[in-house]
Amino acid sequence: MKFRYLPMTDKDQKDMMETIGIDNIDELFADIPKDIRFDGDLKIEEALDETTLLKEMGRLANKNINIKEYNSFLGAGVYEHYVPTVVNHMLLRSEFYTAYTPYQPEISQGELQAIFEFQTMVCELTGMEIANSSMYDGPTALAEAAMMSAGHTRKKTILVSKTVHPEAREVLKTNAKGQNLTVVEIDEKDGVTDLDHLSSEYSDDTACVVVQYPNFLGNVEDLKAIEKIAHQGKGLFVVSSNPLSLGVLQPPGKFGADVVVGDVQPFGISTQLGGPHCGYFAVTKKLMRKVPGRLVGQTTDDHGNRGFVLTLQAREQHIRRDKATSNICSNQALNALAASIAMSALGKHGVKDMAMQNIQKAHYAKEQLKKNGLEIAFDKPTFNEFVVRLNKPVKEVNEELLAHKIIGGYDLSRDYPDKENMMLVAVTELRSKEDIEEFASVLGGVK
Amino acid sequence: MNRENQELIFEISKEGRIGYSLPELDVPATNINDLIPSEYQREEEPDLPEVSELQIVRHYTALSTRNHGVDSGFYPLGSCTMKYNPKINEDVARFPGFAHLHPYQDPSTIQGALELMYKLQTSLEEITGMDQVTLQPAAGAHGEWTGLMMIRAFHEANGDYHRTKVIVPDSAHGTNPASATVAGFESVTVRSNEKGIVDLDHLREVVGEDTAALMLTNPNTLGLFEEEIVEMAKIVHEAGGKLYYDGANSNAILGITRPGDMGFDVVHLNLHKTFTTPHGGGGPGSGPVGVKKELVPYLPKPVIMKDGDNYYFEYNLPESIGRVKPYYGNFGINVRAYTYIRTMGPVGLRKVSEYAVLNANYMFRRLEPYFDAPYKQHCKHEFVLSGRRQKKLGVRTLDIAKRLLDFGYHPPTIYFPLNVEECLMIEPTETESKETLDEFIDAMIQIAKEAEGNPEIVQEAPHNTVIDRLDETTAARKPVLRYQKEN
Repeated sequence: MKFRYLPMTDKDQKDMMETIGIDNIDELFADIPKDIRFDGDLKIEEALDETTLLKEMGRLANKNINIKEYNSFLGAGVYEHYVPTVVNHMLLRSEFYTAYTPYQPEISQGELQAIFEFQTMVCELTGMEIANSSMYDGPTALAEAAMMSAGHTRKKTILVSKTVHPEAREVLKTNAKGQNLTVVEIDEKDGVTDLDHLSSEYSDDTACVVVQYPNFLGNVEDLKAIEKIAHQGKGLFVVSSNPLSLGVLQPPGKFGADVVVGDVQPFGISTQLGGPHCGYFAVTKKLMRKVPGRLVGQTTDDHGNRGFVLTLQAREQHIRRDKATSNICSNQALNALAASIAMSALGKHGVKDMAMQNIQKAHYAKEQLKKNGLEIAFDKPTFNEFVVRLNKPVKEVNEELLAHKIIGGYDLSRDYPDKENMMLVAVTELRSKEDIEEFASVLGGVK
Repeated sequence: MNRENQELIFEISKEGRIGYSLPELDVPATNINDLIPSEYQREEEPDLPEVSELQIVRHYTALSTRNHGVDSGFYPLGSCTMKYNPKINEDVARFPGFAHLHPYQDPSTIQGALELMYKLQTSLEEITGMDQVTLQPAAGAHGEWTGLMMIRAFHEANGDYHRTKVIVPDSAHGTNPASATVAGFESVTVRSNEKGIVDLDHLREVVGEDTAALMLTNPNTLGLFEEEIVEMAKIVHEAGGKLYYDGANSNAILGITRPGDMGFDVVHLNLHKTFTTPHGGGGPGSGPVGVKKELVPYLPKPVIMKDGDNYYFEYNLPESIGRVKPYYGNFGINVRAYTYIRTMGPVGLRKVSEYAVLNANYMFRRLEPYFDAPYKQHCKHEFVLSGRRQKKLGVRTLDIAKRLLDFGYHPPTIYFPLNVEECLMIEPTETESKETLDEFIDAMIQIAKEAEGNPEIVQEAPHNTVIDRLDETTAARKPVLRYQKEN
C-alpha cells in the first residue's frame, strides 16, 4: 500500500538501511521493550482515497446546518460578519501557514512584520500602548489577564462581573484554582454590573476588577464609574471588549483600563463552531514586561536595515521554565494574520462603517420586535446585541424558528437562573432589513 | 526571496482609499447620539490603514516572499515535526458545513460536526491507548496544564493535598515546568544518565509521598526511547504519583507503541505536529488530552457522547476540573487532523513512524563523522549532534544554523535540550525524500569543512537572506513594539 505523502521507495529504504547497518526497520525499535510493543493494526478506520475522502467529509459537513443557509441571530461572543474575499486568498499563501514560530528572523520577516502590524492595530483599536502577538481566544486571554494581575499586584482576589461571558468566567475559575486564587462574582443589576456590590466587595486583597464592554447581555457598561472603583486600591482594571465595537465606542484605554483583552474573531475569522478564533491582549506600558505570550519588536541589522524579531523573551516559558507566570507557547498567529488582513481591508473607514451598521441594525431590530409585541429587557445603550423577553422557554421558541429557517438567539437561562425566557439577540451588518423584519414577525408570532 | 526594504502597511496608507465593500445601510438611520451617550462614543478614530485591495494583495504577497515555510523548503526543526501540511485538509476545513457553524447552535443541527469530533476522539484513544480523549485544549502547553489540573483534582479527591511536586527530566521542554507552575505545582528535576535517558536511581531518590506526577516525553528530546519506562512507571505509581506523557514527539510511535501501554495515565498530543495540521507561524494548534479510566471524571466540560445515532455534549460532570476553553476546542484544526487520519488509516500511520525513524537514523549515521554525537545508539524520529568540535575552531552552533539559511534550509533546533553543549537537534520527518535529506547532509558536511578551512564564511552568515543578523539586544533594551506615525 502506497501513500502520496510518503516518498520512500523500496530502493531508498534498502540504501538507507545499508548506510545505517541494519537489515530490517524493526531493529531501530529494538530498544522498546517487547511487552509494550503494539502488535497488529490500530483499530481505526481504514484509509480512503482522495475522492472518497472528500465525499465522506462532505457527508459530515452536510449533516450540519450552516449559518450561511439560514437567517441567524446568534452571537454571544461569536459573530458572523462580512469577510473581505482578499483575506482567505492571502491566508492561503503557504509561506505563512506552513511556517513555524518565527525564531529564525532572517527567514521569517514576513510573519514578524505582519504580527508587528497586528500589534499596532490592536493598540489603535483599544487605545492601549502595548499589545502581544495573540492568545488562544478571548476567554483564555481574560483568564490570563486576571492571572497576570494577581502576579503583578501579589493579591489573591479577582472580582469579575456576572455580565462577563459565562464561559470566560468558567475558564477564569479553572485558572484561578490552579494558582490558588479566589474569584468573586459581582452581581448584575438592570443588565449591567451592580456598582454597589462591586464597591462592597473591593478590598485590600483585590488583584483586579474584570468587566466586559459591551457586556455579555449586550449593554455598554459604565467604565468611567467602574474605573474609579477598580483603582481605589492597588487592583488593576481589566476590560474584555469586542474590538469591532471599538470602531464607534470610546476605547477602554481612554477610561484608564490597565489591561484590555478580547477576541478578534469579528475581523476575518469564520465562526467554525467556536475555534480556532484569536485572543488579543493589550496593556499599558508599565505592564509591558508582565505580558504573557510572544511579542514582536522592531530593530535593525548590521547595515541599519529595519527588521523584526521576537523580543523580551525572558518573560516566556522556554526561558523562565518553572518561574514563568504563563505557560503559553503556541498561540493563534495565523488567525492574527487573518484579522490583520481584514483590518487592513476594512481600514479606518470600514471598521467605523461596519460598527455603525451593527448599532443601527440592532436598533432597528429592537424597534421591529417591539412593534410585534415583544419586550426589550433593558433600556441601555447597546452595540449589536440585546435581550428580548419571551413568554416561553427560548429552547422551544428556537425550535419553532428553525422551521422558518431562522437560527434564534442565545438562551440566557443556560447561565442565569433569573433569566428564564430571555433571549440574547445579535444583529450584525449581514442581516438585511428583510431578514430583520421576517425575524421580528415570526418571533412575534411564536413568542 | 524579496530583499527590498519592506514598507509597513501603515506607510503605504493614504487618506481616502478603501479596500472593502459594504452595502448601503438599508434600515432607517437613527442619530447616533440617541443610541450611544456622547461620552461613550469614540473621539479619535483608530489609525488603521487606508489601502486599496490590490495594495493589500501586493503587501501580503511581498511579506509571504520574506517567509520560509515547509512548502518553501526543508525544515528539520527538532521536536517540532515540520512535516507536509496536506492541501486537502485546508479545503475540507473550509467546507461551509464546517467553517460556518456557530457553537451555540442546537446540537441537532451540528450532528456532522459532533460525529467528526467523536470519531477523532475515538481514533486518538486507540492511537494512544487511553480510555477517553478531550479535544478541548488549544495547544500542547494548554493540554499539559489541563492534564496536570486533572491529576491535581484526582489527588485532591483522594485527600492527597500534600502531593505538590511534579518531576520533570532535565531534557524536558520548557513548557513542562511552566505548566506545572501554573497548575499550582512545584517542579523537581530528575537527571539523565550517560545514555541520555532518565537516571532511575535519581528518580527513586526524588520520588516520594509529595509526588503528584512525572512528566515525560518519550522518545525524549534527545530522540531516545526511555527503555526503562515500565520500571519508571512502577516507581512513580508505587509512590502514588501519576505519569504524564508529553506527546510532542509522538511521530515516532504511531502503531508501534502506545503511551497507555507504557503505563501513562494522561497523554496530550500536538495535532499540529504529528497529525499534519499547519503550524501557522506559531498557531493555532490543538492539544487533545487522553486519560485512563480513573481520571475520566475530571475531564474538562463538556464531553462529547454518543447515544445510538445521536451525538451530544454532556455538561453534567460534577467532578470535572471545569472549563479550560470556550466552546469545544479548536474545531477547525480538529477537522484537518481527522481528514489526515482518514487519509492514512492504520497502515499509513505505522509507516509514518517507521519512515520518520528511518530518515532520522540515516541522517544521523551520515553526519556522525563530521559532528560530535553525544549519544550513539539508534535514535527515533530525531537526533542530537553537538557543535563542540566546530566551537573549538571558533564556529558556534548559532553560526552553523545561520549558514544553513544560505542553502535555503530552515535550521534545526539549536541549544536545546539544555544538557547537550552547542546542541543541534534534527528532525527530518517522513514526508521528505531521500534526495532532500542527501542535499541537506551535503550542506552540513560543507559547513563542517568551512569551519575548518574558512570559518569566516560561517561566522558571518547568513549571506543570502533578505536581512542580516538582527540586533536582538537593542530590541529587548529599547523595545519598539508598535508603529508610531512620524510627525
